[in-house]
Amino acid sequence: MIDLLFGPFIEFGFMRRALVGCLALSLSAPPVGVFLMLRRMSLMSDAMSHAILPGAAVGFLVAGLSLPAMTLGGLVAGLAVALMAGLVTRSTAIKEDASLAAFYLISLAGGVLLVSLRGSQIDLLHILFGSVLALDDPALWLLGGIATATLFGLAAIYRPLVMECVDPLFLRTVSRAGGPVHYAFLGLVVMNLVGGFQALGTLLAVGLMLLPAIAARFWAADLSGMIPVSVLIAMLSSVIGLSVSYRADLPTGPAIVLAAGALYLASMLVGRRGGLVHRLFRARHLEA
Amino acid sequence: MTCDSLAAITLHGLTLGYDRHPAVHHLGGTIAGGALLALVGPNGAGKSTLLKGIAGEIPCLEGRIERPAAKDAIAYLPQAAEIDRTFPLSVLDLVAMGLWHRLGPWRSARPHRQRLIEALATVGLGGFENRLIGTLSGGQFQRALFARLIVQDARILLLDEPFTGIDGRTTADLLALIRAWHDQGRTIVAALHDLAQVRGHFPQTLLLAREAVAWGPTPRVLTPDNLARAQSLSEAWDEDAAVCGRHEETKAPGHDHDHDGHHHHGPDHAAHEGHGHHPPATPAASDPRARSPAPDHGHAA
Repeated sequence: MIDLLFGPFIEFGFMRRALVGCLALSLSAPPVGVFLMLRRMSLMSDAMSHAILPGAAVGFLVAGLSLPAMTLGGLVAGLAVALMAGLVTRSTAIKEDASLAAFYLISLAGGVLLVSLRGSQIDLLHILFGSVLALDDPALWLLGGIATATLFGLAAIYRPLVMECVDPLFLRTVSRAGGPVHYAFLGLVVMNLVGGFQALGTLLAVGLMLLPAIAARFWAADLSGMIPVSVLIAMLSSVIGLSVSYRADLPTGPAIVLAAGALYLASMLVGRRGGLVHRLFRARHLEA
Repeated sequence: MTCDSLAAITLHGLTLGYDRHPAVHHLGGTIAGGALLALVGPNGAGKSTLLKGIAGEIPCLEGRIERPAAKDAIAYLPQAAEIDRTFPLSVLDLVAMGLWHRLGPWRSARPHRQRLIEALATVGLGGFENRLIGTLSGGQFQRALFARLIVQDARILLLDEPFTGIDGRTTADLLALIRAWHDQGRTIVAALHDLAQVRGHFPQTLLLAREAVAWGPTPRVLTPDNLARAQSLSEAWDEDAAVCGRHEETKAPGHDHDHDGHHHHGPDHAAHEGHGHHPPATPAASDPRARSPAPDHGHAA
């Protein structure tokens, strides 16, 4: 069993690198996903992951398959879309999800256009599905840096962020932190999606962010439980996904996300908090 | 009753509203420090809007509000519907939000734990510390919000329909708490619907129907005449209302704390030009509402 799971990592350096990269991402993306889920913004991360594409494409057009260029481009595009959507929301009557949808569609179309202007189909697939088995040193540094920055960043804005989620009106009456905290949080989302697109590709970056977070909801009652559980599930998905993809010769990114998906389905069935099995066979109610 | 003569909040020709339609119209007056004021009026009379305005939630369309500058001076309890109760947060953490002014984003709340537990005990929620807010009943949740107000320790409290959907027992408990705050010299403004409650517990009343129908001692304000007038006034909502040309303060009839010396003396324009026309180039032209036609429907809070 141990050998089945960890054999490839002991045997091959590139598998170890892939594992380190995915574990770093597993440490930072799921906590962000927990907040996205609780704020009912789960689908927003999907939109953001598309918004990153044109930035990465511009980076690719300028510098080829260069990690810093594509990362920087992705960050800029993602933050720009988040900021513009936020600005439009605050200055017009349009709700945030609608303005975000508008901007990410513009952004995505621009990205596809840019990629198809130069470069072949293979390049586009590379951007969309990632290159987890080809993580070099700079890529690992980037993923590690993003994980570090995310955990510190999240710790710094944790209290106002929770208040913004539960009772934004109250936060507005006691402090002006609401707006900056919202943007800082969106910044963390974008950062993790950019990190994720290195490892898993833009289309699947969302998977490692959201699936573990949603699965964690079935195991823990509050944030102090949900965040560690989500990280654990993401790490497990990474190990399982990488092993399976190696053994069965499957593409890595989808394998990891499918592993996370399987863990989510299992949690939904047998999770202690509202899992299906527990709903079907309920323990007898208490007296008071 | 500590009746200190210092004004806690002063309204100068205040107009608040949505899409240019005023929900509170040219309201002037003073809320004295230590006042226990009930805000009464039919639905859509502008009670919530006025509280939001005083809390600084919405900008003034015209006029201004004089209030303490310190951010921790005013505590505002909106209608509970605006809080996400599905969020997995413990009751203690909800109450701890009231400590924001003392703790900010980073300082630990642990040294204040005893205070939080005492506040919960005061509202009758002893032992509920670790329950999630989603598991509380409506009344229990409202009690928890009052515990947060206790912890906030503000000098001015704005309560927006705090007893809607709350049973008699809880209402009585919370009214006693309000009474205790009043005895401590805090200023309390509460929007209410239950007139018997107002008569029983609130010495001062502002009867609102976009404008002040009456403002003063409760028995003098809550007369059948005034109530009927408030009802008919607030129902007169005109989709195609003309641009308001009035630019002076209205004095609240029967109001004890009338406030002089803040008149703007603008000419009284009939201003029945209809939509799309700018008002004449007078002081009224600086009216922020007079920018564009408002085809949208207005809504009152």
